[in-house]
Amino acid sequence: MTNQIINDLTIQAATVNGSGSQTANLILTRAIFHMGIPVAPKNVFPSNIEGLPTWYQLRVTTQGHMARRDQVDILIAFNPATWHQDLRTVRPGGVVVHEEVFSTAEARTDVTYYPVPFSKLAKSKIQNDTLRKQLANMIYVGVVAGLLGIPWEALEHAVTRQFLSKPKAVPLNLDAIKVGFDYWQDNFSKKDPYRLEPMTGVVDQKVLVEGNQAAALGALMGGVTVAAWYPITPSSSLCENLIAYAERFRTDPETGEKRIAVVQAEDELAAVGMAIGAGWAGARAMTSTSGPGISLMAEFAGLGYYAEVPVVIFDIQRIGPSTGLPTRTSQADVGFAYTLSHGDTKHLVLLPGTVEECYEFARDAFDYADRFQTPVFVLSDLDLGMNLWMTPEFKYPDKPFDRGKVLSKADLERLAGEWARYRDVDGDGVPYRTLPGTDHPAAGYFTRGSGHDEHARYTESAESYAANMDRLSRKFETARTALPAPVIDESAGSKIGLIAFGSTHAAVLESRSALAAAKLPVDYLRIRALPLSAQVVEFVSRHERVYVIEQNRDGQVYDLIRLALPPALVDRLRSIRHYDGQPIPADAITEPLLESEAIPV
Amino acid sequence: MSATINRIGLPRDAYKGAATTLCAGCGHNSITNHMIKALYELGVEPHRLAKMSGIGCSSKTPAYFVESAHGFNGVHGRMPALTTGAQLANRQLIMLGVSGDGDTASIGLGQFMHMIRRNIDCTYIIEDNGTYGLTKGQFSATADLGSVQKKGAVNTFQPIDPCAVALTLGCTFVARSFSGDGKQVVPLIKAAIAHRGTAVLDIISPCVTFNDHDGSTKSYSWIKDHEESIADVSFIPFFEEVHVDYEPGTVRDVELHDGSHILLKKLGEDHDPTDRRAAMRVIEEGRSAGHLVTGLLYLDPASVDFATTERIPESPLVDLSEDELRLTKDEFAQFMSEFA
Ligand SMILES: Cc1ncc(C[n+]2csc(CCOP(=O)(O)OP(=O)(O)O)c2C)c(N)n1
Ligand code: SF4
Ligand SMILES: [Mg+2]
Repeated sequence: MTNQIINDLTIQAATVNGSGSQTANLILTRAIFHMGIPVAPKNVFPSNIEGLPTWYQLRVTTQGHMARRDQVDILIAFNPATWHQDLRTVRPGGVVVHEEVFSTAEARTDVTYYPVPFSKLAKSKIQNDTLRKQLANMIYVGVVAGLLGIPWEALEHAVTRQFLSKPKAVPLNLDAIKVGFDYWQDNFSKKDPYRLEPMTGVVDQKVLVEGNQAAALGALMGGVTVAAWYPITPSSSLCENLIAYAERFRTDPETGEKRIAVVQAEDELAAVGMAIGAGWAGARAMTSTSGPGISLMAEFAGLGYYAEVPVVIFDIQRIGPSTGLPTRTSQADVGFAYTLSHGDTKHLVLLPGTVEECYEFARDAFDYADRFQTPVFVLSDLDLGMNLWMTPEFKYPDKPFDRGKVLSKADLERLAGEWARYRDVDGDGVPYRTLPGTDHPAAGYFTRGSGHDEHARYTESAESYAANMDRLSRKFETARTALPAPVIDESAGSKIGLIAFGSTHAAVLESRSALAAAKLPVDYLRIRALPLSAQVVEFVSRHERVYVIEQNRDGQVYDLIRLALPPALVDRLRSIRHYDGQPIPADAITEPLLESEAIPV
Repeated sequence: MSATINRIGLPRDAYKGAATTLCAGCGHNSITNHMIKALYELGVEPHRLAKMSGIGCSSKTPAYFVESAHGFNGVHGRMPALTTGAQLANRQLIMLGVSGDGDTASIGLGQFMHMIRRNIDCTYIIEDNGTYGLTKGQFSATADLGSVQKKGAVNTFQPIDPCAVALTLGCTFVARSFSGDGKQVVPLIKAAIAHRGTAVLDIISPCVTFNDHDGSTKSYSWIKDHEESIADVSFIPFFEEVHVDYEPGTVRDVELHDGSHILLKKLGEDHDPTDRRAAMRVIEEGRSAGHLVTGLLYLDPASVDFATTERIPESPLVDLSEDELRLTKDEFAQFMSEFA
């Protein structure tokens, strides 16, 4: 046998959408994770409910790399329709576990085959007629467990964890897994180098969470009380998780009363409108959507900006333009969301790069919205939002809510009612507001999206208009320094720097180790919010060449940085873009960079 | 100065707003005055009032009454969404929405319908002039077939009747009136405010600048000639004693959830306002006869509003603190461990 390859491989399960394969995939993932081995699963699924090909890519590395990798070590071929195509993706020397009836007549000779009669086994060994189709997928889990050496205890743990709320399903699924496990033991001997072995270190204290779960929890901890949404992939699971968590944590067990209102609106215009209405009334309010929905929200986003209403808008990006590829990822809404709406509108945008930040930024977005009285966009994406990521457990917040500048009845009494809604009292551009329902005769004011003076009265005065717009700019500058600062790592001491944001982070981390190994160590700055921090320009000034890496065609953030740079620094900036709908792999950064720096690959 | 005050000790002036900027004689101005009267007489606490609107001449009017109340003049056709959000955030607010026929029956038709479907607790007043006043006189979707624009263009489309739409959707309060008929409008506004659920009040309100000529079916003269009132409405708020001064047998007394009463004196037709099918019939018959039927068309006194159905507490969500909104440390730790 050749050298063993331990805990460093990518499994690709090629199945059919709607067949129940996702449960099997998750069980396999959890079992390996339970062995202390870092996992990075990616779901590649069609925009369809049943019958189309779907792939689950489960990457295992000792280092804990979490980016996608363009290489298949072990193929589990369940789908006759994609069999030939799938076979081509396997690396030379790789492994193919396939349904026995698939023809290997003119197949490749540089891979190891393990044919398994999945259908026959399902028919003869699974007694439960109604669940046979779903349970058949578990047989593959058993075969892979045998193939890679996953201990039975890990499988038991994974199944129990998967069916926490349905304990009756545990033995049924374990029995099905056992069918595959036994088939492996009875029929095959190991002919390939891949093995899994329990390990410690990287995975300790870590959990597996989807970004949309993290964001839903963050929103709850941030005190959201009104959420309105309209279903759209890949954002739906954010509000669906929110509903489930609220059912558990925000419902009075005795009265059934809820400490949150979640409305499934008739469209995204209504969804964001409801959130803005609630934010105006003083609630912590949110909506969640993706591409097409963000487009529909444009008019209301401008109202939120100009009338200065706090609201949190999640955009879980998918690839456009238009309907695009609804189930594929991208970072192509950044430029649009940043200036969403007509006129001189610009917004605060948070860019979480990990699931932990999905939690933290979702939570803190409500503080920023209240503090700056403006819409705050949280831009996640399908990769971050809908895939499971290893993460340290999230931290319990150590601060109370920051409700911003709100004048209470007592404040108004102290001021003898002398205040103006849009007056810049503190010089930071952030005015004071009152909430509807405040029992003071001077509390009320008239909010409008039309021109207004300090007192919120209608005006078309040129001076008032310009003064107000300048104050809004001042407010934006105050926010610039208050939002999450970039994370900078200059430990490489390199003259080359990388800049990235959002889910690209995982690929950058991996690429940096590869580059260091290729004798090209690079520094790294990760942007976490717009408007850009001044530190971005400083970072560029400290490096000879800086590569901006992002998952869109046009280099949207590259453009924003160029605009911020003094002319002398503009030439230092380069752009690396990945936009095929698949999460960016590290190679998509490493290779162009080495090429550009003329280092032999 | 008269020292007359209402039951919460406020003078009528406390319900006034900024000076109107609408055209003199605009029906919308009359409605503003009816609004002031109704709110004053009801003794609505200004700080609990939330005046919501879309965009249009009509949608400007919330600035012209109860200046000390909060108001929100949002975007065109989207007042229902803003109202829904604000209502859920704070159930103590009295939501009063003002819209136009363009705002409601064209750009905002979807939100109008969905608000009714949810039965959001609010009053929804349509200041209906059959035209786009603010953009200078284009036909709106409530303009009648065959009605003539000021410049001579004839409307070739069937009108959308907001009351018929509302009824079809199960709206729990549907009424129609005419801006010139304060005697009918004021009690209808009061009843709409007392109602728990979406109360739609379509008030024909002539646009004197663009739609008050002979070819218009929403002009003062046309309405005066064609109006047919189905009932004489009077409203008795919960804090006043009910006394019936109509002839027994011709009066119907409907009690609302807060204990106030609507009394309807039958005129002509014997219309039962709790009979939805009868309401549809009245509208349809009026339409074929070329009449504008006014009055309380339909009322469901057992209406359950959205926030109640959704189990949202009566006390404002806005007031909840960290302790009531965050998971406890134990819950948080337990929840996190479930992701392992
Ligand atoms: C999205 C959008 N489109 C168009 C307009 C222009 N607009 C302003 S008011 C209005 C029509 C208002 O008609 P209606 O609601 O009947 O009010 P009225 O002025 O007749 O009272 C239009 C089309 C706008 N403000 N917003
Ligand atoms: S244009 Fe018509 S609707 Fe507008 S204010 Fe003048 S009369 Fe009223
Ligand atoms: Mg109109």
